[in-house]
Amino acid sequence: MRRYFGRKFLIYGLTFLLAVTIDWLIPRFMPGDPIANMLSRAALNADAAQVLYTYYTHAFRLDLPIWQQYLNFWNALFHGDLGISTYLFPTPVVRVLLRAVPYDIALLLPAILLSWLAGNRFGAFAARTKWLDNTVLPLGYILTATPYMWLGILLAWVLGIVLGLFPIAGAYSFDLSPHLSWRFLSDVVWHWFLPFASLFLVQFGGWAIGMRNMIIYELEADYSHYLEALGSPRRLVRNYAFRNALLPQLSGLALQLGVIVAGALVTEVVFSYPGIGYLLLSAIQNQDYFLVQGCFLFIIIGVLVANFAIDIVYVLVDPRTRKGMTGEKA
Amino acid sequence: MKRSRIVLSILVAMALLLAACGQATEVPPEPVETEEAAPPEPTVAPPEEPTEVVFERGETLYVSGAAWGPPSTWNPFQPGNLANTTGTIGFLYEVLFAFDPMTGEMTPWLAESGEWTDATTYDLALREGLTWSDGEPLTAADVVFTFELGQQYAALWFSNVWVYLTGVTAVDDTHVQFAFTADPLYQEWANNLYNIPIVPEHLWAGLSEEDITIGANENPIGSGAYLYESHGEDRNVWVRNEAWWGIDVFGTPAPARIVDIRTSSNNVALGMVIKGELDLSNNYLPGVADLSTRGYVSTFFADAPYMLSANTAVLFLNTTKSPMDDPAFRRALAFAINTGDIVNVAYANLVRAANPTGLLPSLSNFVDQDVVDRLGFSYDPAESRSILAAAGYVDVDGDGFVEAPDGSAIALEVTCPFGWTDWMEAISVIANSAQEAGINIQAATPDYGAWNTALQSGTFDMTLNNWANMSNTPWTLYNLLFRHPIQELMQSGNFGRYDNQEIFDLVDALARVPSTDVAGMQAACSAIQELMLTEVPMIPLWYNGLWAQFSNATWTNWPTEESAAATLPTTWSGYWQLGGLQTLINLEPVPAP
Repeated sequence: MRRYFGRKFLIYGLTFLLAVTIDWLIPRFMPGDPIANMLSRAALNADAAQVLYTYYTHAFRLDLPIWQQYLNFWNALFHGDLGISTYLFPTPVVRVLLRAVPYDIALLLPAILLSWLAGNRFGAFAARTKWLDNTVLPLGYILTATPYMWLGILLAWVLGIVLGLFPIAGAYSFDLSPHLSWRFLSDVVWHWFLPFASLFLVQFGGWAIGMRNMIIYELEADYSHYLEALGSPRRLVRNYAFRNALLPQLSGLALQLGVIVAGALVTEVVFSYPGIGYLLLSAIQNQDYFLVQGCFLFIIIGVLVANFAIDIVYVLVDPRTRKGMTGEKA
Repeated sequence: MKRSRIVLSILVAMALLLAACGQATEVPPEPVETEEAAPPEPTVAPPEEPTEVVFERGETLYVSGAAWGPPSTWNPFQPGNLANTTGTIGFLYEVLFAFDPMTGEMTPWLAESGEWTDATTYDLALREGLTWSDGEPLTAADVVFTFELGQQYAALWFSNVWVYLTGVTAVDDTHVQFAFTADPLYQEWANNLYNIPIVPEHLWAGLSEEDITIGANENPIGSGAYLYESHGEDRNVWVRNEAWWGIDVFGTPAPARIVDIRTSSNNVALGMVIKGELDLSNNYLPGVADLSTRGYVSTFFADAPYMLSANTAVLFLNTTKSPMDDPAFRRALAFAINTGDIVNVAYANLVRAANPTGLLPSLSNFVDQDVVDRLGFSYDPAESRSILAAAGYVDVDGDGFVEAPDGSAIALEVTCPFGWTDWMEAISVIANSAQEAGINIQAATPDYGAWNTALQSGTFDMTLNNWANMSNTPWTLYNLLFRHPIQELMQSGNFGRYDNQEIFDLVDALARVPSTDVAGMQAACSAIQELMLTEVPMIPLWYNGLWAQFSNATWTNWPTEESAAATLPTTWSGYWQLGGLQTLINLEPVPAP
């Protein structure tokens, strides 16, 4: 057990170190100067421009040698300080992220979990059911092959613009101030639905197809034939097959997480949903080093934590992994 | 099976719970801030109203087009791109004078009057009975305090007034005396009078340098017509200050609440204004000409150009590079650009072609028509070719493009930031028409960041810029065009690094002409124009519009060409004191059916 998790921690630690370093490097490779952007359009009598430029460059410590900036970055990171956004100056990046993260969690968590659960259920149900296999499955293939952004635009157009059922932008209506009431909460859910649906549908298609194929594979396995030969009810056989088929789907989820998060980012851009994705786009356009770093950091940590959670779940649900570990220990 | 179902239902429940939490936690921060904004001295404060959470449509004005990003600062001293929150100056903090670009007159705001008593003394009288929204009186001491902040902190944008300002004294509660050096910049001073926001000494005196220069100034207390109420990522909400001192003087602004929206795209803004969800959109929306003609939206002019002119789009030429260092080449280029196509095709008639001097129509009395007649330019490819030929630019290798007199090939780029769709179309017109005249120019659209860096460090060939706002003085434009001295980074003007001491001296001379001396200003301007049109260091092309499309569904009496005393229909930052606030005062609600 200790060795298993020790090795996992080491791998996650190294990944984190590397990913964060790349995260720090990438914005600095972008052409342009964040301070100059920040101060541009100060079209008034800007004799003070030079003074301001030096002032802000110093305030952001961008006048230090690059290696020093890198060390300062790590030092600040361990103190929970992600710097100050130049785009949303003078808001600290941590505060900007804290405002955006709830929207991401509200989108991602239900979309990932519900689509995984529902997709697997449905795929298992559809496998070897001829009419479902023939009608709904092609739909699954189409869904899973659809880029998130494209489906988002399609949903926004059909349900938002043509039918006018859902709003196409924002997190809540402009005539509301956030407060606890049914009117406000239902408005929030109403705005949340389309971005959620476009994430959910694409993933749902993928899991359904994966599970359907896995079930067919498991039903062909010896243990299934043996059970059938013993005269077990079809339901029981399928339940065994489903449990075995879940394991690869679980590793599939771990592999897919990065893609899903990237999908959520573009979906947020389509619907102007005020999560990390929308923020990241603005941050990149405005060369906000610190905000770009912060957004990616959230994504890195999110993906690593989710992967780790899946590792744990894997130990819990797969007796072989568990056995292997206790065997080592004994 | 049973177990898996339980696990499943737990997971679903957890997911829903987390989702709900995620949304619920987003709720509290904003309204809390409004409560904190409550006046510190409750004894004199106006009675506090309960914060409304659902805005009444008939009392709320929805506007968009001013915000560049989410509201992040209410500090009136934040310059440039940082001033994301329109209204910080105008609604919240007020200025001494307003300037009406329609009439060209400065009108009193916080001030009652102001005049130069002699060449180096300016006397200012404040109105009686001015108050801050916390009930404290606004006095001469606040004005002195504000100006002295500029002396204390070089990082404030107006600190350079202290180059020619020597002292500010409060004579009594309503009178301030400004003392100047022998050589004050009268033109800039007049500009400052309606741009420097007055801040409360009793609240700001204790603030640190950092708070004053770069602080976000959350929960701001000002003196103006609106109070900060709340903000979100895509909006900033202002609520009317029922105790505003100006209600007796100017009248009551009609909307009880103003929601300033940052629309995610121009299409969203367009959809909202057509549906009447947005009352005033100050976004650039292509195709508005058509919608206005068909009556879907209203605009200032019922016909072309539909919009008032806000600033001049100038093609800056990098004079440190060859062949832009040759006045003959620059002049030929000015004749080669098909401004008509930019106006008619790229903008679909939403703008007007610029006067060759670059001065806005509101400053047309400073244009020396005689100079323009002699030296002006307009689209004329034949003329362009003959100037080129006379200066030795001929097509040697037969590729259809001219080569430099020394035989080297000419391949130039004209740029603007990617995503600025109107400018992207305009530079493609520039490139095409120049190519037809035999000058090899290609259009390129780098990212804003890269474009801005090239602009300021002078590595571009030619690029568009329009950073001179509507102004009381032609000096504002010339200060952009001929900014000096030439520095390593040119951050706010003369991007092409045109280095000519003669014209610099002329611009400085204009800056020193008293604003009341119109003839003196005209003389100074025509000297500048004579040299500018001879040398053509940059090419003014068209006037960008004061983009404004409004809906009469909820609010009427918007300013149009037919209004008796039209004001500017705009919410842009820096325009509230150019008549924007008066527009709100003039609005009338549409009675509910």
